[in-house]
Amino acid sequence: MASVPHVRKTRRFGVSPRRIIPRALTHLVLMAVAVLMLFPLVWMVSTSLKAPGKQYLWPPQMIPNPWYPQNYVNLFALAPMGMYLLNSTKITVLSVLGTSISSSLAAFAFARMRFRGKDAFFTIILATMMLPGAVTLIPTFVIFRLLGWVDTHAPLIVPSFFGSAFYVFLIRQYFRSIPQDLVDSAQIDGANFFRIYWNIFLPLGAPILTTVAVLTFLGTWNDLFGPLIYLNTQSKMTVQLGLAYLRGRAGTGVERFGTIMAGAFLGLVPTLVLYFFGQKYFVQGLARSALKG
Amino acid sequence: MRKQTLHGMRRQEGFLGWLFVAPMALGICIFQIYPILFSLYISLTQWNLVGAPRWLGIQNYVNLFTEERYFPKAMSNTGTYAVGTIVPGIALGIVFAMLLNQKIAGRFAYRAIYFIPVVAPTVALGVLWQWIYEPHFGILNAVLKVFGVQGPAWLGSTHWAMRSMIIFALWQGLGFNIVIFLAGLQSISTEYYEAAEIDGANALQRFLHITLPLLSPVTFFMLVTGVIGACQDFVTPYILTGGGPANATLMAVMFLYGKAFREQHMGLASAVAYILFAVIVTLTIINFRLGKKWVFYEEAV
Repeated sequence: MASVPHVRKTRRFGVSPRRIIPRALTHLVLMAVAVLMLFPLVWMVSTSLKAPGKQYLWPPQMIPNPWYPQNYVNLFALAPMGMYLLNSTKITVLSVLGTSISSSLAAFAFARMRFRGKDAFFTIILATMMLPGAVTLIPTFVIFRLLGWVDTHAPLIVPSFFGSAFYVFLIRQYFRSIPQDLVDSAQIDGANFFRIYWNIFLPLGAPILTTVAVLTFLGTWNDLFGPLIYLNTQSKMTVQLGLAYLRGRAGTGVERFGTIMAGAFLGLVPTLVLYFFGQKYFVQGLARSALKG
Repeated sequence: MRKQTLHGMRRQEGFLGWLFVAPMALGICIFQIYPILFSLYISLTQWNLVGAPRWLGIQNYVNLFTEERYFPKAMSNTGTYAVGTIVPGIALGIVFAMLLNQKIAGRFAYRAIYFIPVVAPTVALGVLWQWIYEPHFGILNAVLKVFGVQGPAWLGSTHWAMRSMIIFALWQGLGFNIVIFLAGLQSISTEYYEAAEIDGANALQRFLHITLPLLSPVTFFMLVTGVIGACQDFVTPYILTGGGPANATLMAVMFLYGKAFREQHMGLASAVAYILFAVIVTLTIINFRLGKKWVFYEEAV
């Protein structure tokens, strides 16, 4: 089987004849699955640009004829899509900011400072990572209800400013690899801990902070559960929640899928664009969130 | 003199350290520790958010298994979903990670493509698959028709809804499983394979006696996190089926959500949360116990 390439010590140019068939088969399988992965997304965009009645032709029309951008116009007429996008952006940006600041501050203290009860507290933080969200859901809702924050964006933003156990863990691991010499010489120069955190650890920790930002972005932009529980007013909803509701308002005919696919595409685009530019951080970040968590 | 400054700095450090972790400490208390206790209390009461909770003892827990017809259904559906997504998910992850662990052209492109559904929002993908699964106009049944197969109603069929949901989840999660198993494969030293080849081991033997055992910590990890994730999945059933048809895809957290936020039965919903908590902890412990038997850690040799 061709799965263990490292065994071959000589690096050949091209593929030996004996291996051509397994290689070709491998590509065939990989390509078939790539099509399986991509086709639904292409079909989404394609449907979103098709006129009513053209969506279910056989053979399927991959490239819409005629182009029918009217679906997007209908979408904005049907739902405050602009507001949804704005709300999602606001909540996501603030959550990324809050998580990055609070988690990196705590991570710095855990990595480089000595204070009483540090180890015990860190153990508690690690333990909370195992707690299922279902257990904290209702009490958290009760707190925000008491504060009068239901149907505002606050419950979706404020918790991020209190840090996140997993990200503290992740950043701490990274901060520990930064040489102590840098801290010592900065202290000799009279820098206090906050300066050391701000001028040394934040810049040197850029890769891990980017990973945390990317993961927070994904968790917030893609979230449905939080917005579903806290938001009721249309004008306050996020894209994903709006999309969930859109289905009920887009009518019952098959042409509704044109509008719905237009909405789905808009909900997806920001993630895709970011993924396109920062692919490395998405893949490594999610892998790390699994393997080291 | 110097000693004093050092002492002073230590004291300052002790204070500043807590200042730096203060938001975190507050967050843990408000959003983790207090909720654990409060939801345990609420689960022993009847409460609709208004007025004072009425003490019931363990009645909510009893009711879930006697009065609430759909709770056992939701739990067994969750089990089906967990097994249906985890077992094939791990198998497919290993197979495709091995295919992509070769030095073949375009392997990074493949990986990048497979990963797109992992980062994409489940809501957008879910409404997309509703369209694909649409019985009369959807592309899936149109394709099946070409092969002479009359496709089922998929999400609308009690028989097929759970399977459709599992297919969707496998599709969405494949890229993630591949990336994790790829990392596992890449950490296996090539020396093992070289030695095995010298000993004349064939590809299947190498797979069974080197790859699988050395991959077992990753497999084990995927099993544990997979169980935890599947037990708590809410968005997939909520978007794809809403739990229907006829509760065929009703899952644990959906049931909890309905009780808490549609019917305002906070006590009953909290009891569900605690049962789910207990199930997850139990399964994790069982996994760790059994894991000792089959998980192979390289250091132990």
